Amino acid sequence: MLPDKNGYFGIFGGKFVPETLMPALAELEETYSRVKNEARFKKDLAYYLTEYAGRPTPLYFAANLTALYGGAKIYLKREDLCHTGAHKINNTIGQALVTLRMGKKRIIAETGAGQHGVAVATVAALFKLSCDVYMGAEDVERQKLNVYRMQKLGTRVIPVTSGTQTLKDAMNEALRDWVTNVRTTHYMLGSCAGPHPFPMMVRDFQAVIGKETRKQILQKEGRLPDYLLACVNGGSNAIGLFHPFYNDDKVKFIGVEASGAGVNTKNTAATMAKGRIGILHGSKSYLLQDQNGQVSPTHSIAAGLDYPGVGPEHSYYKYTGRAEYVSATDQEALAAFDLLARQEGILPALESAHAVAYLKKLAPKLAKNKIIVVCLSGRGDKDMEQIKHREGLKNT
Amino acid sequence: MNRIEKKFQELKKLKKPALITYICAGDPNLKTTYELVLELERSGADIIELGVPFSDPIADGPTIQRAALRALKKNTSLKDIVSLVGKLRKESQIPILLMTYANPVYQFGVKKLAGSSQGNGVDGYIIPDLPPEAGREIRQEFRKENVDLVYLASPLTDKRRLNIINHNSSGFIYYVSVTGVTGTRVSLPGEVSNQARSLRRLADKPVAIGFGVSNHVQVKKLAADFDGVIVGSAIVNIIEQNLGKKDLVEKVGKFVRSLK
Repeated sequence: MLPDKNGYFGIFGGKFVPETLMPALAELEETYSRVKNEARFKKDLAYYLTEYAGRPTPLYFAANLTALYGGAKIYLKREDLCHTGAHKINNTIGQALVTLRMGKKRIIAETGAGQHGVAVATVAALFKLSCDVYMGAEDVERQKLNVYRMQKLGTRVIPVTSGTQTLKDAMNEALRDWVTNVRTTHYMLGSCAGPHPFPMMVRDFQAVIGKETRKQILQKEGRLPDYLLACVNGGSNAIGLFHPFYNDDKVKFIGVEASGAGVNTKNTAATMAKGRIGILHGSKSYLLQDQNGQVSPTHSIAAGLDYPGVGPEHSYYKYTGRAEYVSATDQEALAAFDLLARQEGILPALESAHAVAYLKKLAPKLAKNKIIVVCLSGRGDKDMEQIKHREGLKNT
Repeated sequence: MNRIEKKFQELKKLKKPALITYICAGDPNLKTTYELVLELERSGADIIELGVPFSDPIADGPTIQRAALRALKKNTSLKDIVSLVGKLRKESQIPILLMTYANPVYQFGVKKLAGSSQGNGVDGYIIPDLPPEAGREIRQEFRKENVDLVYLASPLTDKRRLNIINHNSSGFIYYVSVTGVTGTRVSLPGEVSNQARSLRRLADKPVAIGFGVSNHVQVKKLAADFDGVIVGSAIVNIIEQNLGKKDLVEKVGKFVRSLK
């Protein structure tokens, strides 16, 4: 079972952090591995996931979309119906319960689209923890609604003006805060990235997506799906869906990353397509960088996919061929957004719209008895203003 | 014996702590860095730390972040900095360490960097996001070429980890004075001297203290408990305040002399 005891998935992962953080990572790892199998912890986690977050989420058969493409049956795993509007809450409830066990009273986090930030702010309110969220100044601008939501929940949102002013820089600032206040503060990392044990712990908390999917598809179809499809950047919704099927060799995994203006342009966030192995934010993984090892600026219309790295377990899946990684452009994601709205009456988050976009290439070429499950990781309310603004510009 | 070890031995005989000065290479350009290193030596620095600019310096505060940005605007690379040290070796034998994050080292190639460092007279490396557990490969390659790899210890490092750090560190041990990032601080926490004493008891190599040290009073106070005192952001501040001015190098020299 990966990661190994040093936090590696093959050659990926590890702990590349300042010495000051090593004791905190050890404490987190020790606490998590102790409590995760405790009956009390499992009961608390199940209680909040069910009663508070609204799990299990439906596995919805998208009949119209299936008919439109005329190929494989398409199911949507409705993480957008979770409390706060995305899968991020699965992880923050889990980490909040671990935080309480460690006796820490303050949490900090980074956020890109603001979905993780809102999920953190939510558990901070619920469990009476003080909370600061770092967010790139550019993201603050394009995700105003989520900023306001966090503030209403009692969280302080700190705009980050260094570097590219997006998720990567928010993570830099969160790490700097953690190194300074580590005695009292837990860093509630939002993706399956960062130093060990985060990639493992976040995956475990998100694995509820795949576990439910397995149960639901067996009920509905009496067999496992042929394809699992999810958007990937850090990749927490994807790893949550994929991981419980890891040993089912016939279930193919496809991760869709954001290629922005195009894979072969500079305005891209296609880490798997264009990255080389490198070290950023505590772990070894594929990374968009120049020849000298400077991290490249990225672009995606989806703030939650606008990051130059990827979780180490995804790098391992790519390296070993267990998963395939493809990409969708800004334009393709926007088209998928409109398509899902019109066909199924569902407004997906722009991040999730990247996964939906790939259906156009995959579904029509598959036989009608094949099954695809798409993780609809979040809902699109947060993106309405940005989309409206974009369309306004186009029409003037 | 490399230059770092030799320097600490000389200073030990004189019962003097090492003054270790940090500047970011390429800030504002490599030509000035060249002149600054020579000026730092003339002004009483015993060891030089040259920062390698990185796009995502998570262990650095705003001052050094800005310096790295200035250096990156000039496309300063690890390769350029190693060559710069090679040039400096015609004029100076002062011990020089590079402070870099892990990624540029891996992209350069660990083995290649070890050889190139040895050839150009780079005496060692400090890599703040590389704890001993992650640093095995780099340490082994560097050791073959007699290039030091200095590990860091912090106020939160317990005895078990201090032993690991002491065992694996070469050149000296870099004790981080506070939990936090680089940058000047008005006062340093009282716990410094307690931790220092237990670290000194344990360590069989020199211990230098850094992060937050910015003036003569602090240097003098810390000199009693440590084999070396590292001053970084305070010097980078002087550079920043004098950007574009003719007497930038001179001003830095004056400040470093005031530290002694």
